[in-house]
Amino acid sequence: MTTIPMTPPARKGAFRRFLTDLAREPLGLAGAIVVAALVLIALFAPLLAPYPPAEQSLTDALLAPSAAHWLGTDEYGRDILSRLIWGARVTMRTVLSVTAIVGPIGLLIGVTAGFFGGRIDAVLMRATDVVLSFPSLVLALAFAAAMGAGLGTAIIAISLTAWPPIARLARAEALVVRNADYVSAARVYGASKWRLLFLYVTPMCLPSVVVRLTLNMAVITLTAASLGFLGLGAQPPLPEWGAMISAGRKFMLDQWWVALMPGVAILITSLAFNVLGDALRDILDPRHTRD
Amino acid sequence: MLNTRLLTGRLGQLVLSLFVLIAVTFVIGRMLPTDPVGAIVGELASPEAYEAMRVRMGLDQPLIMQFFRYVTDLLQGDMGVAAMTGNPVLQDLAIAAPATLELATLAIIISFVLGVPLGLAAALRRDTWVDQVARIISLVGHSIPVFWFGIIGLIVFYAWLGLIGGPGRVDVFYEGLVPPVTGMITIDSLIAGRFDIFGNAMSHIILPAMMLAYAAMAYITRMTRAFTLEQLGQDYVTAARAKGASQTRLLFRHILPNIAVQLITILAISYGGLLEGAVVTEIVFSWPGLGQYMTNALLIGDINAVLAATIVIGIVFMVLNFLSDIAYAMLDPRTREAR
Repeated sequence: MTTIPMTPPARKGAFRRFLTDLAREPLGLAGAIVVAALVLIALFAPLLAPYPPAEQSLTDALLAPSAAHWLGTDEYGRDILSRLIWGARVTMRTVLSVTAIVGPIGLLIGVTAGFFGGRIDAVLMRATDVVLSFPSLVLALAFAAAMGAGLGTAIIAISLTAWPPIARLARAEALVVRNADYVSAARVYGASKWRLLFLYVTPMCLPSVVVRLTLNMAVITLTAASLGFLGLGAQPPLPEWGAMISAGRKFMLDQWWVALMPGVAILITSLAFNVLGDALRDILDPRHTRD
Repeated sequence: MLNTRLLTGRLGQLVLSLFVLIAVTFVIGRMLPTDPVGAIVGELASPEAYEAMRVRMGLDQPLIMQFFRYVTDLLQGDMGVAAMTGNPVLQDLAIAAPATLELATLAIIISFVLGVPLGLAAALRRDTWVDQVARIISLVGHSIPVFWFGIIGLIVFYAWLGLIGGPGRVDVFYEGLVPPVTGMITIDSLIAGRFDIFGNAMSHIILPAMMLAYAAMAYITRMTRAFTLEQLGQDYVTAARAKGASQTRLLFRHILPNIAVQLITILAISYGGLLEGAVVTEIVFSWPGLGQYMTNALLIGDINAVLAATIVIGIVFMVLNFLSDIAYAMLDPRTREAR
């Protein structure tokens, strides 16, 4: 139902308007709430977790969910809920780090290519297409294998192949924006190339890049969990969700909750990012409205 | 018929991508913190023996010469020996590849058979409950960790319900009974006329294939819906409707032929995605394919095998992308020479 506003909204009300728009999308609002909750959980993990995440108690090993341990315990008697809460930190750190690396790089490459065009565009887009044609998870595996497993390696490995979609999108946006009247006007007034690039073109590409980055967070969550599952992500005793599933696999026939719970956490996180990203696209980008 | 400029351009892109892939694996191989010579000769080797091995492995040469040798070896199909098995890596991969191919092919068939009708239905019944259900199915498919989904599937359908065969490709007592022709047990058992083995193999492959298919199906549903909506907004659809074409005729005579080209592009991209998904799915289902081979090699630090598997999966992935573009150019009249 979003319509293209005839006059640009006043700066002051922009954020409030955004919140009203978001409230009209029940699914998107739910996604936003879950993401906000996950950030809070990650920030306040020490306060929220009922037990220390690495505290072993072999007498309490593999307990079914109960009042004392809401989600049960794992093979070392560690409280699964507490480990999930601490694991939110690992996931959020991975997602935010990759986004912080990939967002600016993708944006810069894409906007530069689209704005300048010609040979610069050809070279940058060739490089983008080459990386885009790589199987990213497999390459991340090989990279993690060579660098040694760990959270830092996982973040770098995922980042290496995650920037091309952002670059492509930013380029497509820049191609349209660079010919807009207000850019021509600024050019006539003598604005320098770099001024045009950073102050006039780049800001206009931001909304769709933000949408794409949000949707990307779902993919990053899943890739990071896959690396963790294969033992190439954050190392023990850090509670990483994918690694927790891998550990729970051994007991899946009798103590199914050990493998089940972390997967639910991954699913909820990834779903929240996807739903929020869809809603943001509908709100921020009038061309992609669903109805 | 085919735009030659587009073809050569795309072919150049493919060759460049392959070259970069090989260069990247070379760099990864050289980044290793471990000493490749020491790994072979052992810690107790004399300095002379160590040096001799270093020369034999070509590691005394400048990097650029090492790279040259790496590329020429690869072009001759020499990917080195896997420390894990003692066999040439290429030989190992040739045994593992059909298993992955079998799994991914069945998965792509399932995902298309389910995804395309669901996407069509969602578009034709837009904003009804059908569309909402399709949207939720697709959203969850985009968000679910495929390895976890596989574990849950095993618990429910194998352990609790006993409906399917468990991990592996066939039950243990059926193993090695059919002569390998294609390396794909479902096909080999049919060739050998052993329908009991075929049935058993199907009961093993169906769950991993369906779990793997789900993520691809989510993507295919979403894209089919978008393509169809795009067509529904076209004038020719309104014209056909005005002439009184039924919904079925509209769908099969007008819309499907028009989105077929786009669907083929999606097919190739999804297949590439499935190959990646197969890497983690194979671990869960003890499926002896490329993914399991690669992960086993990873765990024991057999970098030769890891890089070779990366290259093989990468090549298949890139060739699929290439074929998808070419198919698009050949089938879509708008991209032909006249343009």
